[in-house]
Amino acid sequence: MLSRVASSIYWMARYVERAENLARFIDVTLNVILDHSTEEQWEPLVRATGDTEYFREHYGEFSSENVRHFLTFDRDYPHSIFSSVSRARENARTVREAISSEAWETLNEFYLFVKQAADPGVSAANSEFYSEVKKQSHLFSGVFDSTMSRDKGWYFANIGRFVERADKISRILDVKYFTLLPDVSSVGTTVDDLLWSAVLRSVSGFEMFRKRYHTITIHRIVDFLVLNTRFPRAIHYCVRTAARSLNQVGGPEFNSNPALQLAGEIEQRLAVTTNDTIINGGLHEFIDTLQIDLNRLGSAINETYFGRRRTPVDPSMRQSQWSD
Amino acid sequence: MAELTFADYDTDGFFDEMFLPNGTPRQGAERLIERINDLPPGELRARQQSIESALLRMGITFTVYGDDAGTEKIFPFDVIPRIVQASDWRHIEAGLKQRITALNRFLDDIYHDQLIVQEGLIPREMLDKAKSFRPECVGLKPPGGIWCHITGTDLVRHSDGAIYVLEDNLRCPSGVSYVLQNRLVMKRSFPVAFAASEVRPVVNYPTQLFHTLSSVAPHGKPDPTVVVLTPGIYNSAYYEHSFLAQQMGVELVQGEDLVVENNRVYMFTTDGLAQVDVIYRRIDDDFLDPECFRKDSMLGVPGLMNAYREGNVALCNAPGTGVADDKVIYAYVPEMIRFYLRQEPILPNVPTYICQREEDRKYVLAHLDELVVKAANEAGGYGMLIGPHSTVEEQRDFARRIEADPRNYIAQPTLSLSRVPTVVGDHFEGRHVDLRPYVLYGGDSVWVLPGGLTRVALKKGSLVVNSSQGGGSKDTWVIDGRPTDASETDAAM
Repeated sequence: MLSRVASSIYWMARYVERAENLARFIDVTLNVILDHSTEEQWEPLVRATGDTEYFREHYGEFSSENVRHFLTFDRDYPHSIFSSVSRARENARTVREAISSEAWETLNEFYLFVKQAADPGVSAANSEFYSEVKKQSHLFSGVFDSTMSRDKGWYFANIGRFVERADKISRILDVKYFTLLPDVSSVGTTVDDLLWSAVLRSVSGFEMFRKRYHTITIHRIVDFLVLNTRFPRAIHYCVRTAARSLNQVGGPEFNSNPALQLAGEIEQRLAVTTNDTIINGGLHEFIDTLQIDLNRLGSAINETYFGRRRTPVDPSMRQSQWSD
Repeated sequence: MAELTFADYDTDGFFDEMFLPNGTPRQGAERLIERINDLPPGELRARQQSIESALLRMGITFTVYGDDAGTEKIFPFDVIPRIVQASDWRHIEAGLKQRITALNRFLDDIYHDQLIVQEGLIPREMLDKAKSFRPECVGLKPPGGIWCHITGTDLVRHSDGAIYVLEDNLRCPSGVSYVLQNRLVMKRSFPVAFAASEVRPVVNYPTQLFHTLSSVAPHGKPDPTVVVLTPGIYNSAYYEHSFLAQQMGVELVQGEDLVVENNRVYMFTTDGLAQVDVIYRRIDDDFLDPECFRKDSMLGVPGLMNAYREGNVALCNAPGTGVADDKVIYAYVPEMIRFYLRQEPILPNVPTYICQREEDRKYVLAHLDELVVKAANEAGGYGMLIGPHSTVEEQRDFARRIEADPRNYIAQPTLSLSRVPTVVGDHFEGRHVDLRPYVLYGGDSVWVLPGGLTRVALKKGSLVVNSSQGGGSKDTWVIDGRPTDASETDAAM
């Protein structure tokens, strides 16, 4: 598979996953606010993006409208839902020949939906919209999974999807942990069932969690969202899936393949960790390390599989070809 | 009153592809017309709208250049197909095969011995001044001696009923993806009329294209690696490039994906370098190889031409074919057919005045208000003067241009292009059309796609069908008549 095509498929999947997680992120906040009317809920969302600076400059106040617009429809902010879906589609458009028509059409419709929803402005950034984004993302994944052969293209998409998901789940957990725990001494006490239920719902994990544990404690949450290997939005599950897909795409041998080595390392570490170790060492520190590792993994994948090209072309070099 | 029926349709004295002058349907169109007349009110318009939204959803778009650069638009589509009768098609097909055979002989000749010039059939100055003649290609020996593998020839029908060749497009003709997709949406929208009309299929074009490309692989390689080379997503025909690559199941590459080493072409894959044997290039000669043609090209592959000269890769079409697109050279195609094939042309050229000839020039300058003037190397409907639709000022401007550079201009009588009923608001009106069939010339045979792109000038009275000038397209139904059919056209009517 062409390096450029592999890269585009990987990023296409990452951006779709990114849009979906962002929708989940905002939706859970909207739901929490219905029960606890407070504006303070919105600031952590911006903090989690790491782009507080940009937000202050362009929006100022952490109001519900501002934050929702910033994360949902802001065309100039590269990590908004609108930008993510546009980029996913743009990547798909450059590799249309490598993905199924059904997958392309589904993603194109997803893009047209978000584009249209953005027209009336922030009033459209409501629960219904975020549900639809989730649904469209699921539809895309389902269509992609059921129309693509399990060869390099599909595996690269899968790597993109699960690396992105591991990163975003860890961010949701991090932000919520800090906003929902008044202070660290509350670990081990009964947590606010309502708020944590909302977090679990935001990753579609509430029912699965209940089946397994019934009552909510922080230890169980960590077990379920970080260490579980069966729930498809648990960090360990994501890392393991990405590592397995990496093993399927060929490329350099293990000994000279930093991407494979790093994926193996991260998975190994998750396999031997317990929820006690994580909570005693500090969840935030654990997640920080994990995010640094995932970033390193992303760079290693880029260098190993996508980086071998001549100097990229400036895409604005245009040329008319209707030779009529 | 039921809307959108043919009850009040008027051919206005033009040659109409669907109706005879007395208002009865032409052969092959009866079933379709019946079906349309029987549709419940509003139904046809609903189908037209559903087709348009399907095209948008499928992303079947072209990219707009100019003021709103980067915008994707759907190529306007009209739901009423253009019908081509079996006997007309047989005539077209034979004419196209003859023409492309002669053109390929011509290309091979002028890049080698130039017999046609030595024989005095084409003046040397015409060739020397052809901008698209590539000295870099002199002496090249493309696999199988074939220079032009994929052609899209523009045909028009005049009020005399005869079909003329308007242009040969031998560089990178585009539009075939719209042919296939137009057919797809039409089959979904009009299954009954379609089945009843016995239309010849177009779905196997990508397979034929793949065979054509494979057949010219270097050293007759049995299972060659074929790729489509595109300038990228900002090119107006990008959709088509991706569509054809996808339908053939081959890689769609950009210049940056390829590298030449030891005069061989390789692509960068996730497993390292992989050799490429055949390149269906959708990039003009100018941009192919910065070491050979335009040095500032970022779209091409340095060293590609050397690999080609060495015979290690096939390029389709070969570089240098553009010389036959020169509108002055076009005027000599009938001579080529007589010279190389010893045959009379089956499909005539539009009579052409060559402004380089003094006598022709005098006539053209005196009749600018009634002729169509074209620059030799412009494409896309640019650089044209349509006499009857022009102002005196425009005519003066063209007169100056012709006098300054006569070699660069030809002129033709303004044809009265045939028309096809087209949806205009709440009724049908005739609109002028042309037809671009696609011809594939492989190592062993010439194949013509039954049908092609029917382009329609959507503006009332307009003769310009180019997409860049607000033209749209229609599906083209070639009726599958057996050659033994006694059906004859009324070409003389």
